[in-house]
Amino acid sequence: MTAPMVTSEQVHKSFGHLQVLNGIELEVATGEVFCLVGPSGSGKSTFLRCINHLERIDAGRLSVDGELIGYREHGGKLYELHEKDVARKRQEIGMVFQSFNLFPHMTALANIMEAPIRVKRESAAVVRERAERLLDRVGLSHKADVYPNRLSGGQQQRVAIARALAMEPKLMLFDEPTSALDPELVGEVLDVMRQLADDGMTMIVVTHEMGFAREVGDNLVFMDGGVIIESGHPRDVLANPQHERTRAFLSKVLM
Amino acid sequence: MKPIKAVPLRHPGRWLTVAVILVLAAMFANALVSNPLFQWDVVGQYFTSETILKGVGQTLYLTFVAMAVGIVLGVILAVMRLSPSPVLSTISWAYIWFFRGTPVLVQLIFWFNLAALFPELSIGVPFGPTFFSVETNAAITPFIAAILGLGLNEAAYMAEISRAGIQSVNDGQVEAAHALGMRRLLTMRRIILPQAMRVIIPPAGNETIGMLKTTSLVSIVTLPELLYSAQSIYSRTFETIPLLIVASLWYLIMTSVLTVGQYYIERHFGKGNARTMPPTAWQRLRRNFFTFHSPPPEAPAPSVTSSSGGIR
Repeated sequence: MTAPMVTSEQVHKSFGHLQVLNGIELEVATGEVFCLVGPSGSGKSTFLRCINHLERIDAGRLSVDGELIGYREHGGKLYELHEKDVARKRQEIGMVFQSFNLFPHMTALANIMEAPIRVKRESAAVVRERAERLLDRVGLSHKADVYPNRLSGGQQQRVAIARALAMEPKLMLFDEPTSALDPELVGEVLDVMRQLADDGMTMIVVTHEMGFAREVGDNLVFMDGGVIIESGHPRDVLANPQHERTRAFLSKVLM
Repeated sequence: MKPIKAVPLRHPGRWLTVAVILVLAAMFANALVSNPLFQWDVVGQYFTSETILKGVGQTLYLTFVAMAVGIVLGVILAVMRLSPSPVLSTISWAYIWFFRGTPVLVQLIFWFNLAALFPELSIGVPFGPTFFSVETNAAITPFIAAILGLGLNEAAYMAEISRAGIQSVNDGQVEAAHALGMRRLLTMRRIILPQAMRVIIPPAGNETIGMLKTTSLVSIVTLPELLYSAQSIYSRTFETIPLLIVASLWYLIMTSVLTVGQYYIERHFGKGNARTMPPTAWQRLRRNFFTFHSPPPEAPAPSVTSSSGGIR
């Protein structure tokens, strides 16, 4: 049994008076594909964003690879970390967004090379070679010198995945990676993710693609109202939900 | 079946307007040529005189340095204004409030007369020893006063322009950069500012052209820029109008060059934004010239049976 990649203990988060996360308890094992599903407003995306400290948690402990995220514990209290330390920790965590967020003023290749060169200070030659390999892996070698606005949504998202992988992260977070795509482009992105899972990457995926969750996922958590309603192996939860709310949700998303 | 010929809309009003404009232009040209009081010979005589050319040089130099101060300080102020630190953002707010709230001419005169307020400028520990001291009148030359007056004022405006540009960039860009482990300043420099440029450049171009003309205020602190040079000649020769024409022509030439420069800078920062680059002035000229006798490519005359005509 290896140590968990992500541990969440009693994580709370609120926006003003709105409690969005209300005591999230979970563990993500190294190498597993962990799916978060739930209706919109259930807190699943917020929780994902807490994992790399894009959102600050109000209470609880959230750690990645044994290290607390965004905080330092001292004398029974949590102190927020300096920006520098948060940034260092984020290098180990890749993130893919619903809206791709590629840098529009850089070519596909430059998008991928930016962070390893500027953040990790690796040599340009080494990074270029890795970036080209990654582009090849997501099937876009021929688009290296193209600007994002000339790429389809599916191609942009694949470049975004390559960009995150270029930092050689231990953990990948996917925030509804296919929700902004035309239906016929969803498959190409899921294929890349499936391949990544086969290679043993630890992945946390917020998704509405139940087919992907059933097929690739090792674990699935259903969230609603900022709490975990139920969890288990995707095949079990999807085929045989125990809670009324899970059943109600699945009846709406499954065909 | 015979294809039906489609006739484009006629614009008789345009021809009428052109005719009226031509008549007015002819009348104006006649006035320019026939009125001897314009003294075109004097204009020609001074147009490239050494005093005027030196003035042009000073005006350009002043514009360049003042804009450089304004842009650098303005961007710093904008970043401060948007920083999460309330201290930095308040300092920036106060700066903009003060320098935008007082006339630039007053600021110029104020800097020029700084010696009346502080006869000596010194660096040292407050209430303690002084390390370095200089007489204000020696330090604040007319040029320094001009740069302080114009540059510090410009920074306040450039700060607001830069802030608008920075805020026009999608929040997702910041999140993506942060998620990659980039820190705030690196994100600003590599990701946000290059994209903000697209919004910043057009008003910054305006500001530069404005600055070129505002430098004429500096004649008040006896700095020999273009207007002051022209004045120094006509106060001697009383050829006021021709020398003002000389100055105006030079201002027009310089602003025209800046306008062309702005176009190319905009084009550079539009990279990755427009699907195709807009043509350069030269490309447009060539296209218009070589297609003079055939219909221009972007407005093909459509006919009912043609399927290729309307599609671009």
